Order: sequence, then C-alpha cells, then structure tokens
Amino acid sequence: MSALVESKLSPDSAILNEVCKAGDPWSGIVKKGQIFRILDLEGNQAVDTLFYNADNPEERYSTSDTVQRQGQVYLSTGSVLYSNEGRAMLTIVADTCGRHDTLGGACSAESNTVRYDLAKRPMHSCRDSFMHAIQHSPCVHDRDMTKRDITANINFFMNVPVSENGALTFADGISGPGKYVEMRAEMDVLVLISNCPQLNNPCNGYNPTPVQLLIWNSN
Amino acid sequence: MKSLKSEQILWEEKVPGGCHWSGLMRRGSALRFTDLQGGANVALLMYNAEDKLERYNMSDTLKAQHTAFFTHGNVCYSDMGRVMASIIEDGVGWHDAMCGLSDADLIARKYGKTHYQEQRNEMYRNAKDGVLVELGKHGLGKRDLMPNLNLFSKVTANEDGELKFQASHSKAGDAVDIRFDMNVLVVLSAAPHPLDPKSNYQPADVLLTAWHAGIAGEDDSCRQHCEQNQRGFINTARYYAN
Repeated sequence: MSALVESKLSPDSAILNEVCKAGDPWSGIVKKGQIFRILDLEGNQAVDTLFYNADNPEERYSTSDTVQRQGQVYLSTGSVLYSNEGRAMLTIVADTCGRHDTLGGACSAESNTVRYDLAKRPMHSCRDSFMHAIQHSPCVHDRDMTKRDITANINFFMNVPVSENGALTFADGISGPGKYVEMRAEMDVLVLISNCPQLNNPCNGYNPTPVQLLIWNSN
Repeated sequence: MKSLKSEQILWEEKVPGGCHWSGLMRRGSALRFTDLQGGANVALLMYNAEDKLERYNMSDTLKAQHTAFFTHGNVCYSDMGRVMASIIEDGVGWHDAMCGLSDADLIARKYGKTHYQEQRNEMYRNAKDGVLVELGKHGLGKRDLMPNLNLFSKVTANEDGELKFQASHSKAGDAVDIRFDMNVLVVLSAAPHPLDPKSNYQPADVLLTAWHAGIAGEDDSCRQHCEQNQRGFINTARYYAN
C-alpha cells in the first residue's frame, strides 16, 4: 500500500462544498487544473464514481486502461485515472485512506438478485442512482447520456483485495471518519457519483453514510 | 479437453493472430477456442443480440463468483443479472479478466509502426481498433466498449496490487469451451495481450470451433459452481420463458 499523503488545502477556500447523502447520486463539473476531494464523513462508505470528458462524454474513465497502464489493481496517491482514449483524466494528489477499488463496480437490483437473493431486487442500488441521474441531473441528462454510458466505475474507499491465486474478497473497509481522496483534473471532467446504498455486504459497514464533496480552483 | 463428435460441430474458422471477428452465437451453442501456436490472446466482449444495451459486465461477474480470473465453472454475467456464457471446459486454467485491450499506440511503441500500404495484411493490428471495427458492424461504438476478457492470458496481482504477466501460460493446442446461455453477439480480437512482454509481434492464430452443447441442465457444473450461479441461471431461464 502506498504512503498516505495529506492535502494542504483548507475547506474555507473551496469553491464548492456539498454533502451527498447516503443513497443519493451526485454530479458536477471539475475544470482542468481544479482539485476535487471526496471525504468519507463517517467512515467505511463506498463512493461509486464515474468520470467523463465534459466536452465529449464518449471519452470516459476506463478501468481497463487505468489498471493496464499502471500495472496496478488499486488506486492511491500518484495514480492516474485514464480514459478509454488512453489520456490522463485525473491524477490522485492526496489520499489519507490508502487504497481504492477498480474492479468491484456498482451494485444493481439485478446483480443483487444474483449475489444475495432473488427477493433483493427492490432494494435501492447504485445502478438505480445512476439511472436517476441520467433522467434528472442536468449535467448528465443534457449530454444525452444513457445506460450505454454507464461503464465500470471506481469505488473510492472500498477495499476489494485480489490475492495472488486470483481470489476476490469484499473485505471490511480500511477507511474511517474524515478520510479523503483528492485528485487534480487533467481535463474538464463530468463527475457522476452514486453514494452507495448497499446493505448486503461490508462495503459500507452495513450502514451507508453521507460523503462531502469539495472543489478548489487551481492556484 | 474432451474431443468433439463430428455431428456436434457446426462450423470452424481460423482467426489469424492479430485479426478480429464477430458473430451471433445462439443459446445452447458453444465455441471451442484453440490456441494454435501457444501464447495466444483473445480479447472477448459479449452483448445480448436482442438488446445490445445488455452486455457482459466484468464487475458483476467477478464479485458474484469472488474471483479475479476465469476458469472452468465460472460464468459471464450481463449487467442484468443473467448468465450470458459459461466456461464449461478449460484446458488452460486461467483467463485474464482485468487488463483490457492493446491499442494502436501500445502496439506501435512495442513492436514498431506498420501500415497497410507497405505491409499489406501483415500490418500489426491492435485489439481496441479490432473490436471497434466489429462493434461498428452492429451499430455499436466506443460507448459500448466495456472491460473485456482476455482468453489464454494469465496476469496475477501481488499483495500490493502490482500485476505480473505470466509468460508461457497457454501452449500450442490448449483450448477452452465457452457455452452461450443467451443469444450472444460475440466480438473478439486475437491481437496481443497489452501486458505481454514478448518483443516480437507474433500473436498466435486461434481456431474457433462452433458446436452444439445444449442449454445448461440442472446438474450443470457451472450452474452448481456456487449459489450465485444457480440464481443467475434462474434469471436467464426467466428471460426466455414463454
């Protein structure tokens, strides 16, 4: 695991400072050079996050390109988030958690029927939050985005260890109250978040909680 | 691998190393992929042929089965919670799920630049452009490009998450059988794996043998692999119920 790196930025100088409640979607634009922070207010909260080129959403965060180009499954300080065009979209510049997941994707009503029980379909899920954002969120809806655009996401603060023999586990979170991850945008990006409502596994400590989102202008 | 009876075989086609292919595989049919020279890679994507918004979903597949790679017993899930395809027999033992596609820059950097005008069909092809060409034939494009499987390739992660490509994994003649549990649009490229350290561009040819496997029975080894797969097969059966 990489060394933890703290940020020098103060919330007082942030140009955006919002709370996203447990189970809500959130979307916004982070301009090139701006710093975007996701803060885990109460700890152990998975934040399912997608990034798109704000001018051309066909270019988007690509898990495969990110993992492949860095020869590394997890994300932390120094990780570059690559697009499907192989371009740097964001760089993680501070991280007090230490490890973020690239493989676990978003929960959905449909995958919950497989993973837990056919009767779990009615439970709220990240995919439903993404669909809600597609219908209602101006910066997503106005770009004509649809389900086609919902690709494999990052799970900030989620701990999904891969062992050398190829096993995948959903372990207890390593995040805690007040831990954060901060990234610099390398292009104008649209951020689409589902603050995960999953109650069936330890990814949220069985208790989904709010997160704080902050943006600073470049110095 | 068990040998296929001639009456089971529907057709055969060789995909030369580096080249791309797409086609419809109906529910109950299977493809045997055979690595003809060793060290092959097949980047594989799958879509529901009747509703191409439904597609192979890496994350849902890996977390349902608590695995970061594919072998016998594993199935491939769509984003709608249905089993799209099953690895019903595997002579290779490990297929990569994480590393994605080679692209034009990577192939040029690793192996040198080529062009059709000089090299004709010996030009070096890459997986991303190959699958995009095939996706285009079905009205699909970059927005439909999701994380893919890489058949025949083994990549492991150490404790810190650093990836290592395991060379000499697949041997000449090694094969894997994938049964299609839905009507699946298959899109593939036989270009090199992005992390393959070989310095020469020599992607192995891959033989596709289509055969009739029949739909999964109650005692099917992929269905019985874990309780998640049992529920996934129920979701698939409900989709085709009439």
